[in-house]
Amino acid sequence: MSDPARRRRVLAVASGGGHWVQLRRIVPAFEGHDLQYVTINDSYRADVPESAVYVVRDSTRWDKLGMLILGLQMLVVMLRVRPHVVVSTGAAPGCLAIILGRAIGARTIWLDSIANVEEVSMSGRIVRRVAGLWLTQWPHLSSADGPEYAGRVF
Amino acid sequence: MIFVTVGAQMSFDRLVGWVDAWAAKRDRDDVFAQIGPSDYQPRQLKVIPFMTPPEFRARLAEADVVVAHAGMGSIINALELGKPILVVPRHGEWEETRNDHQIATANRLGAEGLVTVADSAEDFERELTRLEQEVTASRISAHAQPELLDRLRDYALGDR
Repeated sequence: MSDPARRRRVLAVASGGGHWVQLRRIVPAFEGHDLQYVTINDSYRADVPESAVYVVRDSTRWDKLGMLILGLQMLVVMLRVRPHVVVSTGAAPGCLAIILGRAIGARTIWLDSIANVEEVSMSGRIVRRVAGLWLTQWPHLSSADGPEYAGRVF
Repeated sequence: MIFVTVGAQMSFDRLVGWVDAWAAKRDRDDVFAQIGPSDYQPRQLKVIPFMTPPEFRARLAEADVVVAHAGMGSIINALELGKPILVVPRHGEWEETRNDHQIATANRLGAEGLVTVADSAEDFERELTRLEQEVTASRISAHAQPELLDRLRDYALGDR
């Protein structure tokens, strides 16, 4: 990024395991910008030593108290970082980040996990009308009024 | 990257020429050859006569496929790193070495499945192409597909 005035704060959000691995494969798209991460495992800091990492509690939609805590943590992160862009590969933390990011006026991108071969994930379906860019990694799941296919993480 | 090594004792321009032709035909700029005491003028290859052991090991470690004469130094080093090796034996009759011992060595190691052997220009071209395809097909790149990265970048950072 040659022009500092065009440098954007990008908040990249993923829970653990494959969601995190897939997120790491797409962040080269934002090279040169202020990339910050939200994830659920403190040890993932070692993967991105150059970047700020916020660790939140993982949760699922069946754990109401967990979702409440996660939501509050995500709200704090969102107000602190004030991202221009929120991008997520899932799951629950990403879903909340997309909703809160949209609320504060960020551009939001949902990239549904490549593991979702037969249909878009539950988290993905929740953010369908919220995410500005709603992507699947499977051409056969894309459609004019559904998710867009623009390539995959490998 | 393809790394070619012929050892330090004698040149082996027949092999270097085969690799040069292979690389030129494919316009490849990632083929690196250690060519020994030789005046060979490459068309496409990057060449160096000799290398220090650390330089040699570093190149070897980077290589997808190693091409070597049937010298045990080259072969053992490549095998230690688990690299696929295409071996071309030097022929005594053409004074590429003092006798045909490299042909025997190559054939024996080839029969044990440790190396692939090519003893003609046609075999060489076919086998190098095949070995490299096998290696690259088993590996994915370090990041997402370029078209996906472009779409993300355009959406996130483009003008509205």
